[in-house]
Amino acid sequence: MDIKPEEMIKINTKPPAKHWMDIPADLSEGKFCYPAKAKSLEYLHLPNPRDWSPADEDWKLPENWQQIIHEGFKERLDKYRSLKVFMDVCVRCGACADKCHFYIGSGDPKNMPVLRAELLRSIYRNDFTTLGKIFGRLAGARKLTPLVIKEWFSYFYQCTECRRCSVFCPYGIDTAEITMMARELLNLIGVNIHWIKDPVSNCSRTGNHLGIQPQNFKEIIEFFCEDIEEITGVAINPSFNRKGAEVLFVTPSGDAFADPGTYTFMGYLMLFEHIGLDYTLSTYASEGGNFGLFTSSDMMKKLNAKMYHEAKRLGVKYIIGGECGHMWRVINQYMDTMNGPADFLDVPKSPITGTVFENAASTKMIHIAEFTADLIKHNKLKLDPKRNDHLKVTWHDSCNTARAMGLLDEPRHVLNAVCNNVFEMPPSTTREYTFCCGSGSGTNTEEIMEQRLRGGLPRANAVKYVHDKYGVNMLGCVCAIDRAVLPPLMNYWVPGVEVTGLHELVGNALVMDGEIERTMNLRMEDLPGAEGDSDE
Amino acid sequence: MGLEKILGLKQSEITKAWFDQVVKTYHGDSSHFLLDVKDPFSNPVGATTFKALGEVFEALISGKTRSEIIPLLDPPIRIRAVQEFSPSQAVSFVFFLKNVVRHCLEKEIKNTEISEKELSNFDDKVDGLSLIAFDIYMGCREQIFKFRAEHVKSRTLKLLEKADILCEVPEVGTEIIPHNVYKNGGFENT
Ligand code: SF4
Ligand code: SF4
Repeated sequence: MDIKPEEMIKINTKPPAKHWMDIPADLSEGKFCYPAKAKSLEYLHLPNPRDWSPADEDWKLPENWQQIIHEGFKERLDKYRSLKVFMDVCVRCGACADKCHFYIGSGDPKNMPVLRAELLRSIYRNDFTTLGKIFGRLAGARKLTPLVIKEWFSYFYQCTECRRCSVFCPYGIDTAEITMMARELLNLIGVNIHWIKDPVSNCSRTGNHLGIQPQNFKEIIEFFCEDIEEITGVAINPSFNRKGAEVLFVTPSGDAFADPGTYTFMGYLMLFEHIGLDYTLSTYASEGGNFGLFTSSDMMKKLNAKMYHEAKRLGVKYIIGGECGHMWRVINQYMDTMNGPADFLDVPKSPITGTVFENAASTKMIHIAEFTADLIKHNKLKLDPKRNDHLKVTWHDSCNTARAMGLLDEPRHVLNAVCNNVFEMPPSTTREYTFCCGSGSGTNTEEIMEQRLRGGLPRANAVKYVHDKYGVNMLGCVCAIDRAVLPPLMNYWVPGVEVTGLHELVGNALVMDGEIERTMNLRMEDLPGAEGDSDE
Repeated sequence: MGLEKILGLKQSEITKAWFDQVVKTYHGDSSHFLLDVKDPFSNPVGATTFKALGEVFEALISGKTRSEIIPLLDPPIRIRAVQEFSPSQAVSFVFFLKNVVRHCLEKEIKNTEISEKELSNFDDKVDGLSLIAFDIYMGCREQIFKFRAEHVKSRTLKLLEKADILCEVPEVGTEIIPHNVYKNGGFENT
């Protein structure tokens, strides 16, 4: 619409007050994730590989796309009772409406969880309910048109599947599951994003999301060991693909290549060395993350199976997993029914403390935060938290570990043992109520930086509060995606706050046998007062 | 009573009216949510904006300088710079203040308690404020572009370096081939 200059500063209520069904999604450049390359889809044998752009008018959908969606929808309604329930029971009470970080950050009503679900529900009503068939729009139903597909693509990739909304819903409706279903349906007609499909195809080929080759993966770890030796004087030689080790350790590949995750990886290596753990790393299962979760249950199953195959091949007793978020959602919510139970493994038992992790009796896999918390609880680690005294740390509960597995107190137990200055954010923004980083579920790609920054605003806003009030300068977390995406988020909203993984802090505080006096932290920055601080 | 003084007395009324107008730049269905600023953690957009407008207005009438105003005006612009606004829409709310003030001071203007001159001086201040807003907005956008560029770079560079495919320029004295060997095209000795 063209306007005159003098009209430029009139309030431009946007978009005009229309029914949501009549407002098309904005898919201009910068407002969407780039689609997956034809090549990746072909490699994964996924339907409708082609080169296209969401900004195009014509998305080159298969001829019978409506039928494909309808049948796919039907199949999933039959297969997942929860989906049918979620489609039927919402009473539109609105309790979830203002709980989504994307709604809070954007003010766009279609980012209200209840409305996000309506995007799918309206088609459900039209296709599968009598009321919807007869009364159409009056009953909240609408026909499936290409515009609906575009809207799904826009808004189901503006949901990070964080499940915050579900905590507030009296019926336990989980919009994250609805988003998953919508993304599965979109996959059936070849509508998907590169940031998810590339890692998935890499992972099925080289064993990790980035496509790091086995020899390079090994070299990177050896490089960490050189740094550790320089910092601590302790030489570490981790083993790779060693048969008969007691434990297989798997962590997201992000820890291997991207700062600050790399320092966390160094922390793992130091801890295992210190306690003399009999473990091995795998160059085949070199990825703890599982972007299959953001694609389809089949893909998630395939990528998850890889870790267990490797555990079986190597003959280990159980698996310890590194600091990852969504890996744990897969393990805790889906693994057992998908690939489990892992009968060929033992129930994890700490060789140091003797603790048996009954919570992992079926999956045989424990989170490193549980493992380390147990070590600390039994006083098995020599720690010097003073080395972290220049840090004022606050704790970000990652959505997946917090809401999908209840890992709330273990990381805090570790944190408080290795840091003297810990400050919590307001309770409405932590633990089960934690706010998402804004870039989860495969949306941590740079072309939608604005979306990520506004989605991360509620999180950053709470960090800003403790930064202003207590001088917090470090944000800790147990998730590799967080470690990758929180730094720009902090940089934009709360400059002066850096990001760390839990085991980087552990590595810095850990007093290893035979170590030299520490003058640097794992980032190779001088420890404040390192030389003069010999009064103990 | 001078304009400044009247504005001081009506500060909260004006801020509230200004905030109402800003909220109208969002989707109508969200105004109820955005206007409720009691809890800054559940509504950071509304609460931050409301607080900033009050502070900016106060700074403006008390004659604060550009560098004092920047940190006050930054938060709402920073938010609008990542929301789905065009550049002009992102900063236009500053201009709303002109009409808001005229509206809140309708009676005083009618009674000619306030002179045309005073009003036009105030308009100049708002114009200046809008220029500050524009600078802040551009700063935010540039930061976002930088994140984008760094994202790609950090993804690839680090990996190449670690795999020893790339290496940085060594420090002078540690090189295998002296750094000045090609100073004269490598023919120093001939
Ligand atoms: S809280 Fe639950 S029942 Fe209420 S609107 Fe949201 S999804 Fe529907
Ligand atoms: S799962 Fe998270 S991102 Fe998705 S609608 Fe709910 S609160 Fe929003």
